Amino acid sequence: MPTRNRSRNVTRRRKPAPPSALAKVATGIDGFDEITAGGLPEGRPTLVCGGPGCGKTLFALEFLLHAAARGETGVFVTFEETEEDIIRNAASLGYDVPSLVKRRRLALEYIRVERSEIEETGEYDLEGLFIRLDHALRSTGARRIVLDTIESLFAGLTNAGLLRAELRRLFAWLKQRGITAVITGERGTDTLTRQGLEEYVSDCVIFLDHRVADQISTRRLRIVKYRGSSHGTNEYPFLIDRRGIAVLPVTSLQLIHTSTPERISTGLDWLDEMFGGKGYFRASSVLLSGSAGTAKTTLAAHFVDAACRRGERALCFQFEESPAQYTRNMRSVGLSLDRWVKKGLLRIHAARPTLYGLEFHLATMHRQVDEAGPSVVIVDPISSFTGASFDEVNSMVMRLVDYLKSKQITALFTNLIPGTGASQEVEVGVSSLIDTWILLRNAPPGEQGGRHLSILKSRGMAHSSEKRSFELTDDGPVVLSRSRGSNTARGVRG
Amino acid sequence: MKTRAAARKKSPSDEWILRLYVAGHSARSAAALRNLEAICEQHLAGRYRIEVIDLLKHPQLARGDQIVAVPTLVRHLPQPMKKIIGDLSDEENVLVGLDLRPRLRRGGARS
Repeated sequence: MPTRNRSRNVTRRRKPAPPSALAKVATGIDGFDEITAGGLPEGRPTLVCGGPGCGKTLFALEFLLHAAARGETGVFVTFEETEEDIIRNAASLGYDVPSLVKRRRLALEYIRVERSEIEETGEYDLEGLFIRLDHALRSTGARRIVLDTIESLFAGLTNAGLLRAELRRLFAWLKQRGITAVITGERGTDTLTRQGLEEYVSDCVIFLDHRVADQISTRRLRIVKYRGSSHGTNEYPFLIDRRGIAVLPVTSLQLIHTSTPERISTGLDWLDEMFGGKGYFRASSVLLSGSAGTAKTTLAAHFVDAACRRGERALCFQFEESPAQYTRNMRSVGLSLDRWVKKGLLRIHAARPTLYGLEFHLATMHRQVDEAGPSVVIVDPISSFTGASFDEVNSMVMRLVDYLKSKQITALFTNLIPGTGASQEVEVGVSSLIDTWILLRNAPPGEQGGRHLSILKSRGMAHSSEKRSFELTDDGPVVLSRSRGSNTARGVRG
Repeated sequence: MKTRAAARKKSPSDEWILRLYVAGHSARSAAALRNLEAICEQHLAGRYRIEVIDLLKHPQLARGDQIVAVPTLVRHLPQPMKKIIGDLSDEENVLVGLDLRPRLRRGGARS
């Protein structure tokens, strides 16, 4: 009896799922399930491909680990890394693989094919591989499997024609059994994978890219194909950090934010007064722009302080000073932010803007916001992202504004106007996204008053159109005088 | 170097342990066993042992010897371990693979 016939006995007879409804399984990978409207195609093979170090093994690993944590069993078949490597990688994400294996949530199968040890003579097939996969799946009852990286077989065996045929058979075999599979592949020269085969027999193809431009690394993810499902063709930026992969949806956000009439204090009575005595709208975005030394950071800190006084959580992104430096400087103008940090109400995240790409910063901000759960976020200053192009900064701010609004978080951005304030390039782009725009200026030499503040716009609320002079004292910004023309204007549009 | 090891005179206790992995009773499996027995009788008469492992019956055994292809012949003894995959129809290749004959490119240095 030919082997092929016998192998059917191995195969658990299972009717393929009805082709009509495309069910998806969540990967649990941050942001990925969002951009694919549910995750990977259930019961079908998905190829995850890219160059070395693109994160494909991590993607595959996360796919199983998150499921295992939820109680779904998976099989990780590794052709390259040893079981110990996998255990170590998973541990760095906070997963205890040996425990998952013990609880039968995960099975590791290390398949090694070493060409130097093998002599080929006469006909053969890969039934041994099928039997091993079958055994691993059956003994655990797993419905999901990872094959990382199956093309390693081509390095171990010489009969490429046979291997291709067997690989095809494997994909069909997995599909017939309704196993959700993630197969990883190394990028080829002209094709997505070296063999140029896996992308055709997979129902879903995900391409991961890792680029370094101007010493800044950016990772991007693209869904090349997704049979039976609509999908975005965008490149989605993603990052890899201690929590694994996080994909950032670029345009999934729409203008559906619910707006609230609630107002929150700016942190300064006289500034609240300029906004009809009530301050900013909650969940709105505020831009504080001004040239160097116009107290942008101080005004922003007052806003944070006020939030913490109300018992709300605040998150501060500092791109120019270290947290210690920042709190010390704020102490010198009468603000004690340390106590909020100690109370767990304030989190200060400092980073060098030039160290990473914008995407990385954006992704980090998402993560920080997720972890801290603030009601107020300040970014001080957005103008420090000078390395990137104007469009890129603009799009980053737009996405951040969108994201924070969707979470009902009030956001305050500071922005440095270089020189005397002639260039307002960044603002022109960003200002349309901003609900409230405040301009700060140093008083011209000889004129009374240190700094001037004026509200350029504030959507949907009555606000003062006058210019206020203030001075920074040990007790914070104090208003000096009231200029003429205390009429109020209604900001309708930006 | 490999060929030198094989060329050494073996003591009677030098038993060869060969394991043949198959999947069911396929024609290919049967041919592999037939070919193996013939080769052993001719070259290793009286000092070999063949174990046939049917992976359909014992799938868990595929792991230990890292079996992927079927049929696979594994030489467990003498060391080092050798693997030969296929139906063993090419006797010359099998002999080379088992170190019973030197590789041709070694300039015909026969034992």
